[in-house]
Amino acid sequence: MATLASTQPFRIGIPKQVLDDLQARLHRTRRVRVLENAGWKGGSDPDYLDALIGYWRDEYDWRRHERELNQLAHFMADIDDARLHYIHEPGLSVRSVPVLLLHGWPDSFLRYRLTIPLLAGAQDDYADDLSCDVVAPSLPGFAFTGQVGAPSEIPSIQTSARLLHRLMTDVLGYEQFVVAGGDGGSAIAQSMAIQFPASVIGIHLTDIGWHEHGGTLTDIEQKYVAAVQRKFMEDGAYAAVQMSQPRALAASLNDSPAGLASWIVDRFHSWCDSPRHLEHSFSKDEMLTNITIYWVTQTIQSSIYGYLAEARQPSLGMGEHVDCPVALALFPRDMTGALPRRLAERTLNVVRWTEMQSGGHFGAWERPAEFAADLKGFVVSLADPLGQRTLDGYRARKAV
Amino acid sequence: MDIARARPFEISVGDPILADLDVRLAATRLPPEQGPDGWDAGASPVYLRDLLEHWRNHYDWRVEEAKLNRFGHFRAEVRGADIHFIHERARNHAGGKPPLPLILTHGFPDTFTRFLKIIPMLTDPAAHGGQAEDAFDVVVPSLPWCGFSHEHRHSSGLFGVNDIWHALMTEVLGYEHFGAHGGDWGSTITEHMARSHANSVIGIHLTDVPFWHSLKTPADLRPVEREYVEHIQRFQQEQGAYTMIQGRKPQTLADGLNDSPIGLAAWLTEKFQRWSDCDGDLDACYTRDEMITNAMVYWVTGSIGRAFMPYFDVFNAGPQRWIAEAVKQKLGSQAVPAGFAMFPKDLSHPPREWAERFFNVQRWTEFPKGGHFAAMEQPDALARDIREFFRPLRSLQ
Repeated sequence: MATLASTQPFRIGIPKQVLDDLQARLHRTRRVRVLENAGWKGGSDPDYLDALIGYWRDEYDWRRHERELNQLAHFMADIDDARLHYIHEPGLSVRSVPVLLLHGWPDSFLRYRLTIPLLAGAQDDYADDLSCDVVAPSLPGFAFTGQVGAPSEIPSIQTSARLLHRLMTDVLGYEQFVVAGGDGGSAIAQSMAIQFPASVIGIHLTDIGWHEHGGTLTDIEQKYVAAVQRKFMEDGAYAAVQMSQPRALAASLNDSPAGLASWIVDRFHSWCDSPRHLEHSFSKDEMLTNITIYWVTQTIQSSIYGYLAEARQPSLGMGEHVDCPVALALFPRDMTGALPRRLAERTLNVVRWTEMQSGGHFGAWERPAEFAADLKGFVVSLADPLGQRTLDGYRARKAV
Repeated sequence: MDIARARPFEISVGDPILADLDVRLAATRLPPEQGPDGWDAGASPVYLRDLLEHWRNHYDWRVEEAKLNRFGHFRAEVRGADIHFIHERARNHAGGKPPLPLILTHGFPDTFTRFLKIIPMLTDPAAHGGQAEDAFDVVVPSLPWCGFSHEHRHSSGLFGVNDIWHALMTEVLGYEHFGAHGGDWGSTITEHMARSHANSVIGIHLTDVPFWHSLKTPADLRPVEREYVEHIQRFQQEQGAYTMIQGRKPQTLADGLNDSPIGLAAWLTEKFQRWSDCDGDLDACYTRDEMITNAMVYWVTGSIGRAFMPYFDVFNAGPQRWIAEAVKQKLGSQAVPAGFAMFPKDLSHPPREWAERFFNVQRWTEFPKGGHFAAMEQPDALARDIREFFRPLRSLQ
C-alpha cells in the first residue's frame, strides 16, 4: 500500500499581528465578579484571574517562551490529509527505546517539556545505560496539530490512535515502541495497544482514563466508582458542557482570552497537587504559555470536540482488554483519588504499580523527575527481552 | 413611614459601552467552522456568522432602545435591591371594577423583553381583539440580578424574590390585590409568591410546573406522571449541562461570556433554538433584532454572571434552606387559583394530574403550537389565555 507520509522540521513562530491582537484584547478585558469574596467557590477565583490577566498583559513575554520551546526539535508530519505536530528528541545512549508521550486536556505537549530531556539524556544510573527516543505530539485537535480530517468530522480516540501509529511507524520508522499517556492520552495509549498489539510493547499511564467496566464490582471498586460519580456532579460541569454543547461554549472561549484562561485555569486549580498552592505547581508563566498555545492556534473548540465524540460513542468498550504490559504511575492528588488495583486489572494487564508521593492530574508536569524515573524504569524492564529488536528498528530508521 | 418611591427610568446606554462593543464585534474571532452541521453541537456556526453580520452592519441599538423606551420604565429600592420594572396602566378599560394589576416574571435566558409583545394585549385588550373589561395594569420587573435591576448584596437570592415582588406591588405601587404570571424561573417565583402572600395574590398563571417539584418523586405516580418525571430526568442528563455549569461554576463561564458579545449570543441563542417551536430554524420564530436585543440587555449591564445566581442558589441551597422551603410550602397557601398554559415544544410536558398535586388548578390549556418562550412565540394565544383565566377572578379584587 502506498503511504503518503512525510515530515519536515518545524519552528513555532506566531505572527506579530496575532500577538498584537491578543494584547489589545487583554487591554479591553471586561471583568465580572459573580459572587462577593468568592475565592474559588464559584469557579475561577476572580482575584487570581485578575492577577493572571494583568501579568499576561504587562509582563508575560511570549517570544521568550517561544524561543525556549524552539530549543526542542519540532516537526510537522503530513500523513494523508492530516498535519501532525510533534517533538522528536532521539535518545543519547547507544541503546534507545522509542517512547510516545501523549498529553490530555486542557494541557498540551508542555506537559512533557521537562521530562523530554530527562528521558532522552544518557544516564549512568542504569546498568544498561538506556535512553528513550522521545516523540511528543500535539494530539489531533490540539495546538499546532489542530483539526485533522474532514471539517465535519470529529476524530475519535481510535482515529487519533491510528494516526499516531502511522506517525511512529510510517513517518519515524519505529517497528515497536512504548506509549505513555494521561487523561485523553491514556485513552489513546490504550486504544493503540488494542489496535496495534504488534507495535506497542507496553503502555505507561498516569490514570486509567474512562474505560467502561462490566461485571460485578467489589465493594472497594463500587466505592471508587461512586466517588468518581460524586466528583463529576460537583466538579464535572465542564465535561458535561463539552460533551453536549461544545460550540455554544467555544464561541466565547475563542473570542475572549480572559474567558479561555478562566476555563483552563479552573481545571488546573481543581486537579493540581495542592489547590491552595496552585503556583507551587504551575507558575503564571507556565500557565500562560499553555493558554497562549490554545489561543494562538484557535484550537479550544477542536480540543473539546473529543468529549462530544466520546459521549456519542465511547471508544473503549467493556469487552476490550489491553494485553501488553501496563504500568500505572498514580499521583495521589489526581481527580479521583485512590484507584483500586482490581478495577484497573479488569481491563489492563497491570505489571507495574507505582504510587507517587505527591502530584495531581498533571503529575508528569508537576513532578517531572519522579515521572521520568518511573517511566524509564518501566522501559528498562521491557527493553531487556526486546531491546535488541528495538535497537535494530532504530538503526533501520537512521539508515533511511 | 418610609415608603419606597418608584422613579421614572429611561434606558440610555452610554456611548463608550456601544463604541467598545463595536470594536469587539469588528474583532470577533468566530471558532473555525468544524464539527457537526447545524445546532447539533451547540450553536450553529452558520447562524452565528449571519447573526454577527447583522449585529455589525444592520442592528441599531439606539433604534431598539427607543422602542424599549416607549414603555413606562421605573426603578425602585425594594428590600435591598434596586429593581427595574415596566409599569403600564390599562387603557380603554370598561366595567365596574378597576383594572386588575398583573405582575409578569421572566426567566433565563430571556429578560424583561420576553413580555414586550403581550403588554399591549393585556393593557388594552379592546385594541387587540379582546374585551375592554379584561384590561390589566401590567408590571414587568427585571429579576433582581438581571439587566437593569441590581442587588446590593445577594442575600436571600432566588427564594426571596417573591417577597421583593410583593413589596413592589403593594408598598411601592399600592396595589392591594393582584394576579401573577410567569415562566421558567418566573413560574418558581410566582409559585413562591402565591404560597407566601396568598392574601394579595388572587390567581397565578404559569407556562410550566416549576421543575423543582420533580426533585422529589412521590410513590403513587400515575403512568402519565411517571412519563413526565422520566422525561425531566432525561432532559437533565442530555441537556442539563448548562444548569450544572451555571450553578457550580458561574464565574468560570461568565468570564468568557461577559468579555465576548458573540460568545454571549451563542450561549443564549442555543437555548432559544432548542426550546422554541421553530423546527430547528431560529429565524422562523424570532427576528435577529429580537435575539440581539435580548443579548444586549445582559451585555450592556454586564449582568450575565449575576444572571446565573438562581442556578447557584439551587445548587448551593443546603439542607437548611430546603427545610425552610418545605415548612413555607406546608404553612403557605395552595388555595390560590392557578391556570396553566402548556405549549408543545416546551422543555417538559407535565400532565394536569402532576400540577394538581401542588396547585389549585382552575384552568388547563394545551396549545397546538409554541415552546418555552410562549410570550414571544405565541403572544396572541398566551394573552387570550391570561385574560380568560383571570376574568372570573376579578371579582375577588
